[in-house]
Order: sequence, then structure tokens, then C-alpha cells
Amino acid sequence: MNRIGILALQGNFALHKSRLEELGAETLLVKSAEDLSEVAGIIIPGGESTTLLRLMDSELREALVERISGGLTTLATCAGLILLAKRVHGPSQESLELIDVEVTRNAYGRQVDSFVDGQLHWSSTGRALLAQYELEEYEKYASTIFEGVFIRAPRITGVGENIEVLVERGDEPVFVRQGNILGLSFHPELSDESSGIHQLFIAIVRSNTENA
Amino acid sequence: MSSQHLQLKVGLAEMLKGGVIMDVINAEQAQIAEESGAVAVMALERVPADIRREGGVARMANIEVIQEIMKAVTIPVMAKVRIGHFVEAQILQELGVDFIDESEVLTPADESFHVDKFAFQVPFVCGACNLGEALRRISEGAAMIRSKGEAGTGNVVEAVRHLRSIGSEIRRIAQLSPQELVTTAKELGASLELVKYIAEEGKLPVPLFSAGGVATPADAALMMQLGAETVFVGSGIFKSEDPAARARAIVKSVTHYQKPEVLLEVSRELKRAMDGLEISSLKPEERLQERGW
Repeated sequence: MNRIGILALQGNFALHKSRLEELGAETLLVKSAEDLSEVAGIIIPGGESTTLLRLMDSELREALVERISGGLTTLATCAGLILLAKRVHGPSQESLELIDVEVTRNAYGRQVDSFVDGQLHWSSTGRALLAQYELEEYEKYASTIFEGVFIRAPRITGVGENIEVLVERGDEPVFVRQGNILGLSFHPELSDESSGIHQLFIAIVRSNTENA
Repeated sequence: MSSQHLQLKVGLAEMLKGGVIMDVINAEQAQIAEESGAVAVMALERVPADIRREGGVARMANIEVIQEIMKAVTIPVMAKVRIGHFVEAQILQELGVDFIDESEVLTPADESFHVDKFAFQVPFVCGACNLGEALRRISEGAAMIRSKGEAGTGNVVEAVRHLRSIGSEIRRIAQLSPQELVTTAKELGASLELVKYIAEEGKLPVPLFSAGGVATPADAALMMQLGAETVFVGSGIFKSEDPAARARAIVKSVTHYQKPEVLLEVSRELKRAMDGLEISSLKPEERLQERGW
């Protein structure tokens, strides 16, 4: 079982799907607990977090909590990160509380304040992770300056002890990791793949499946 | 207009996919919409059914109404401007709305020109009855295209026609040889560059949403099965007898549009939908989709 799921209740799931497929991964759009049982990794995409919460039935919600806390490799972007965060502000909102970060919704402002930051790069922790999973083009990703597309993005305003910061913007984390969960406030699927984020995610899923 | 701007505009449209965008006229309705799972709301002074009934010149909504709605919810807020009324658009951008709908539901302000949407930071959605119209709007900078179904009628027949027409024209172009594309671009009144994109990719370069006439969960799922990526619901929710339940049902029907068992379940409990209008009973000047070109 090597399929990667993309939570497809609402939001930008289609672009993640085509990105994964271009990179040779098998995918499945996940809308139910049953779908979730068939995947070896999951992407929780951007969209509207209030909508995602409303559309998640209790069965799917419990299955997500159980599998992600049980080690399912997870990539959560933007609204997906809000959904998994331990604490959500601006205004406060319930969440699955799976990753020990505090986020503030729409913290950069409304759509007119959305932006592209063309100066992101991996932190030393991020580069170590790329090296650990022996990405083919490790050298290229490790040294690259890549862009992050921030759309009505949440801000990561606090991180717990077990959080590793993989990418920072100024002194603010925008890409973090807690064990099996990767959380980003920007949208790698809206840029070209110069950062290697989807490649890294696929490599982690494959490595975990092989070791299982 | 940088490519970064376009990336951000189309990016927001991408985030709204697989959702329902609801027309609301006050903070209370906006909250019901948000709680029901709407991905965005369209802030209006009157829903299309009332605009149609009351007649007169329909303009951009009162600023206070829009602002009240922006304060009431955290999801994106859209608002409408008249076709060609770029100053209404400047005002809405200044106010900070998240998306502007250059809409045939309002009385057009310009009989020849649509707004130059590249001049704005805020993304625009525009209506289209066919592929040529969609591509002309994209050439002007629209970040999202929607069908131009007859708003305020509770009748989906026109939105169905538009989505079918756009879909079949795209499929036809995908079969053409390069030399045929130039003539096709001329016939469509669209740029060759965009026609080439359609031929190569088999889809529009921006998301395609449905709007106009959706009144039931079945209508919404129909639009999704016909290729819409999100559904606008105008008068259909707050002109029905059970707005909150209907809003939730339509949201669920869009997510599970391919599952008849879910569609049955969400349709079962609903009360009466909004009253509908037969399109052929409308006088030509009452057909809103004829506005714009």
C-alpha cells in the first residue's frame, strides 16, 4: 500500500493530486474514514478551515486523529495546518490538536494582503531532513532559494518543544515538523517544485512503507 | 500586473474549490452561511430574486452592509460591481473585499467595455455563457469564471446550458490541429494564446464555477457533475423556507456530488425550495445573461 491520500472535502486538493502524480506517486482523494484506511500518507490541503470542520463527519474525524497520532505521514498546508494545530486564534476555533503549534488565522490580513515571498530557504534542520531521506537532488534543494505563496495565510505564533522549524521567514516559522506531521502556512502546490517539498513528503511516505 | 499577482488571485480561487458561495444581505445571514460550511459569502443589498422583482437600477451594495458582513465572518467576502464600473471596483478594493464579481445581475454601467481587471490587486470573477466570453474575460484579468445562469429564477436550465457549452467547446478545441486554432480564435473572439492553452491543457487556465438558478442540493450536485468546481447559490438559500438546513444540505451535496446515497439523505429533510420562474416567460430585457459580451 503506497497510495497517498489527499483530503478532498473542500479546497485545493486537485493541484496536490496532480503534483504527486507528476512525481510518480499513486493518489486517492479521501472523503471518508473508509478512504483513509487505504492510504500510506495524507495531505490536508488549503481551503476554508471552517468549511473543512463542518464537512468532517465524526467517523472521518476520529479516523484522522487515530491514524495521524498513530504515525501516518501527514502534510498540512494553510487551512490544513489550522485544522491540525493545537491552538487556533483569530478567532479561536476548535481543531484536531495534533501538532503542538499555535496559529492565528488570517493574521497577515485579507486577500489584498496575500503575498509571494521569493526568498525562502531550508533551515539547517530542514536540510538535515532532506539529507536523511536521501533525496536525489538533495544538493539542489538544500542550496535553493524558493518562493512561498501565502494566501490569507495563518501565522504560526507559537511552537512547542517537540517542534522542528524547517523553514523560517525572518524569525517566524512558516514550515514546521513534529515527527510524522509536516505543517506549512504557505502553498507549495501553487509554485514550481524548486523547494522539493512534495518530493520530501513522498520520500518519507515511501521510506515508512518500506520499513513497516 | 506581475505574474505573482495572478498567482495570488487564481490561488484564492483554487482554495474555494469544492465549496458553496452564498449570497447574503446582512451579518445574521452571513453567520448562518459560515456555520453551514460556506467557503465564501457574496455581500449584497438585495438577492437577485428581489432585484428582479423590484426593478430599477441595481448598483454596488451599500458600503455599510458589506462592512457589517466582513466583520461578521472569517471566510472570504465577495461583492458585486456593475459591468464596466471600475470605480465601484476601486472602492471595494479600498474597503478590502476579498473577491469582486463583475456581475450581470447589476445594471451594466458600460455598454462596450468590461473592467480592466489587471489594474487591480483584488481578484475578479466574471460570468460567461460560452467559451469565447470566458476567454475574453480571462484576457481582461478575471481569476475565476462562472456560468451566467439566470439569477433569481430558481431555474438551473441556463447555467446547465452555459457549462455544457463551455465544456463541449473545450473538448472540440482539444481535437484541433495547430493551423485550425487561429481560425477558432477568430471565431471565438478570443486570443490565440488562450486558445492554444485550451488545446494543450483541455481546461480553462482559471477555475470554472457555476452560478445562477441553483435552488436544491440536487441542482448543486448537477452543476458539479457537469464540471463546475464550486457552486454559487444566490436566492436559493435565503428565499427558501429553511435557510440553515438548506445551506448545510447544499454544502454536503457539493462535497459528495458523486454519491446518490448522500444526495438522497440530504434532500430528504428539506422543506419547500424557493419559488421558481420559467425562463421562457421572461421578456428579452429581463434576461440578465444577455448583459455583457
